[in-house]
Amino acid sequence: MHPLAQANTEPLPLPQVDWRAIAPELALLVAGVVLLLVVAFWPKAGRNVLAGLTLAGLAVAAALTAWNWDLERVAFEGAISLDGITRYARAVLLAVGVLATLMVVQGDVTGRAGDSPEDRPAPDDSPPEVFPLLVFALLGMVLLAAASDLLVVFIALEILSLSLYVLAGQTRRLAAQEAAMKYFLLGAFSSAFLLYGIALCYGATGTTNLLGIATATADPTADGTLLLAGVGLLAVGFLFKVSAVPFHMWTPDVYQGSPTPVAAFMAAATKVAAFAVFLRVFAGALGGLVVSWRPVIAAAAVVTMLGGAALAVVQTDLKRMLAYSSISHAGYLLVGVAAAATVPAGVSASMFYLLVYAFMVMGAFMVVQYVSRLGPPDDDAIRERSSLEDYRGLARRHPWAAGLLAVFMLALTGIPPLSGFWAKYYVFLAGIEAGLTWLVVVAVISSVISAFFYLRVLVVAYLQEPVGDAEAAPGRTPALGLALALAGLLTVGIGLAPEALISAARSAERILG
Amino acid sequence: MLLTATLFAPLVGALLVALVPAAREETGRLVALGASLVTLGLAVILAARFQTGEAGFQLGMTAEWVPAFGVSYRVGVDGVSLPLVLLTTVLTPLAITGSWRMTDRPRTYLALLLVLETAMLGVFVSLDLFLFYVFWEAVLVPAYFLIGSFGGERRVYAAVKFFVYTLLGGLLMLVGIIALFWLHQKATGTPTFDYEALVDFQKAPSTQRWLFAAFFAAFAIKTPVWPFHTWLPDAYTEAPTTTTVLLAGVMSKLGVYGFLRYALPLFPDGARWAQPLLLTLAVAGILYCALVATMQRDFKTLVAYSSVSHLGFIVLGIFAFNLQGLQGGVFYMVAHGLVIGGLFFVTGMLEERRGTRRIEEFGGLQQTVPRMAGVMLVLTLGSVALPGLVGFVGEFLTLLGAFLEHRVYAVLATGGVVLGAVYLLWAYQRMWQGPLEREENRAMTDLTGREWAILAPLVAAIIVLGLFPGPVLDRVEPSAQRVVEQTQAPSP
Repeated sequence: MHPLAQANTEPLPLPQVDWRAIAPELALLVAGVVLLLVVAFWPKAGRNVLAGLTLAGLAVAAALTAWNWDLERVAFEGAISLDGITRYARAVLLAVGVLATLMVVQGDVTGRAGDSPEDRPAPDDSPPEVFPLLVFALLGMVLLAAASDLLVVFIALEILSLSLYVLAGQTRRLAAQEAAMKYFLLGAFSSAFLLYGIALCYGATGTTNLLGIATATADPTADGTLLLAGVGLLAVGFLFKVSAVPFHMWTPDVYQGSPTPVAAFMAAATKVAAFAVFLRVFAGALGGLVVSWRPVIAAAAVVTMLGGAALAVVQTDLKRMLAYSSISHAGYLLVGVAAAATVPAGVSASMFYLLVYAFMVMGAFMVVQYVSRLGPPDDDAIRERSSLEDYRGLARRHPWAAGLLAVFMLALTGIPPLSGFWAKYYVFLAGIEAGLTWLVVVAVISSVISAFFYLRVLVVAYLQEPVGDAEAAPGRTPALGLALALAGLLTVGIGLAPEALISAARSAERILG
Repeated sequence: MLLTATLFAPLVGALLVALVPAAREETGRLVALGASLVTLGLAVILAARFQTGEAGFQLGMTAEWVPAFGVSYRVGVDGVSLPLVLLTTVLTPLAITGSWRMTDRPRTYLALLLVLETAMLGVFVSLDLFLFYVFWEAVLVPAYFLIGSFGGERRVYAAVKFFVYTLLGGLLMLVGIIALFWLHQKATGTPTFDYEALVDFQKAPSTQRWLFAAFFAAFAIKTPVWPFHTWLPDAYTEAPTTTTVLLAGVMSKLGVYGFLRYALPLFPDGARWAQPLLLTLAVAGILYCALVATMQRDFKTLVAYSSVSHLGFIVLGIFAFNLQGLQGGVFYMVAHGLVIGGLFFVTGMLEERRGTRRIEEFGGLQQTVPRMAGVMLVLTLGSVALPGLVGFVGEFLTLLGAFLEHRVYAVLATGGVVLGAVYLLWAYQRMWQGPLEREENRAMTDLTGREWAILAPLVAAIIVLGLFPGPVLDRVEPSAQRVVEQTQAPSP
């Protein structure tokens, strides 16, 4: 019988509600709704109050994640799965959420924005709705990491995407509006691809459940054409979300145009969530088809690593450069995905890479945010100070900011003993173990290319003399300072003692489906 | 513990220097000098406790680092690494003394020199391939900032070229290290980067070849072996002189040490396979760089090329695969470090006095600065390997080793000895002898007390080790013999 007909005859199963399994998601949902209500009905609530509420919500979600740490089960009739990937991604995403909140709240605490009428808003000033949106985006992300049904995947992806579209465009800057528009149009486009892929997979296997798809792909007699078409479209959708070449076009514009905290959040958190689901779907459910999809993913990894690195070399704006660098890093992660289907280390290597990368890249954006505050916004377009020219001689005037910038840039390059090195190493190890040595060699070449542009930032900050007068003091930036300290400590600390986190990633290797 | 203390003392010193308030530059200098002298003291104690006649590693220490990856902190010294540790710890305080009158961000500069010292020492004492790689790459960062932040006009270009070029080699080696680790794990089930375990692990000859090639990439670029040397003249010339002393004196030994310590014992078949290539490249490098040095107008660049040329002899000795060659190679490393360090120091002193390094700007300096000229004569003769000075022992042994292995290479390399005498003595003649024509040169002052403090130990070591090389050679011999045996071990 055709699988579709078979599916129709089955009664729709009513899922057992497993509250504990989705407790962290529920906490985030409640926090988001509370924040929305506070913003709507208590307009006088300061940003510090909102940030406090956000952090409280994240803390509750984190506590519930810890409570669920040892839980390994499939809930909601296979729609949600609790396994290593889920908990690891939850932990990383919540940590990223904390850092992002600290970055966002900094928008108002300097006392520069809105103090007096002639003051222009700071470059990253944003309306209070940013907090609930941030929480909703996180909700979508943790749900995405736990989803083990393609429909849940799609819903989670939409929750996070819709929140991010608004987050990207929330300031008055023209560039931000443009970024939001671009992100929205291309994001909707990719969602359509994904949805079509889901439909084809359903058509081929009669189920959207990942466990069911895994069973269906194990059947050697089944006709693979329809399924492969579906898998291809799924791959396009995911590759878009992780900003892999050739679906990367939106990334530089969006990162550059978005407010810096949002760009940081997108660069770190979206990657974590999207790669978590990428691993679950491809290495988990579609593991049986690895021969078919590995060449595609490997090819995407090659063009993404090299393309991202090569394009980053010619950038003159730090945010834009970080966008291309994030594309290049997506390429290294794709090496992990390509390896993951046959070697479990591929999964843990990718998860560890995501953790490390999230802190490095957020740290780099924090420095951008800090430097943006140094001078007054200088024209009506509220130009951000993210051009490389703005970093000339940073080391002479702001040695701490420059030092942290150096830490993050060297970590992104992968210089030992900083955290980025271990991440890269682990992915290379997994790649070689999976017999993808050629791919690892390409990754090495890309690393060398990427050294050029990371070093260029340091050249500008350290080796060139500052121009013009000293900038205005940045004012008090306690939240940003805390965030910078956290990101810096994590980057150095993970580099010196990576053992615990690697072990945790190892425990994330088993995919439940 | 003693070795670990020696290894990290400079790093602690660097942190202390960084903590000294910016206004108190003098304190910063003293702290830096103190840290480097403490390191030297520890290294001397280390040498005193070293058991001569033992081939294996001594005074080591092992601790877990990242057990998940089989990475451990494992250090130790043997007869090959001990002399290099001493060389490093001797040259660093001299380099710090040489930077005493620096006015541009002296604390940062000295802290970076100390970080560089720890990183380089780490390469020499690591007994875990991963730890070795970490130190290997860690060398790049301080060196990059030293060249790029404090160097000459084209410093940024030189620093980036140096960084990227060496990073490329290092990463290719990393692929090799991972592959070796993984093969070992597959065969034995134990994940480890332990040097001894990986040396004992039997590798198929075909595997050895490409693994050797991966390590070769890193070592050949770092040494540098001709034709991978193009980053070097830029880096050496643009770096501030005291940095160049450490780059040429110590960092250039990292590559040849890597060949000796890793490439040969780990991949004996691969090394034998590549021997003709390496010997050819060594001889080509000796001759080519000697010729290029002859034509230089900038004395610093001349010394830089002479450094590459002389490193060719070390590669020649190591790839002779016999005791004479290896022992001579190690001794030559020390000799080269002392001599080239001295030459760069004097270059820096000349530049401080005259603001130029062009050979034609000098002439007849013997008349105004006779003491400096005397020191320079010792250094020059040490470099051209005059018997009785330190360079001779190393050059003789490496050539002997090469002669025993392949006569042709030894004969050709001897041509390099002659050319070396030509360009160094010719430069000496043009700069220090002859009539004193330029007015500016008349006003030059002779060596100050501080400069004597830098050059006297080097000159003393060059003469003493030249006359009595025994103590060093005795300690090197058993370990070198061990490498010879490992290299000639029959393949499985």
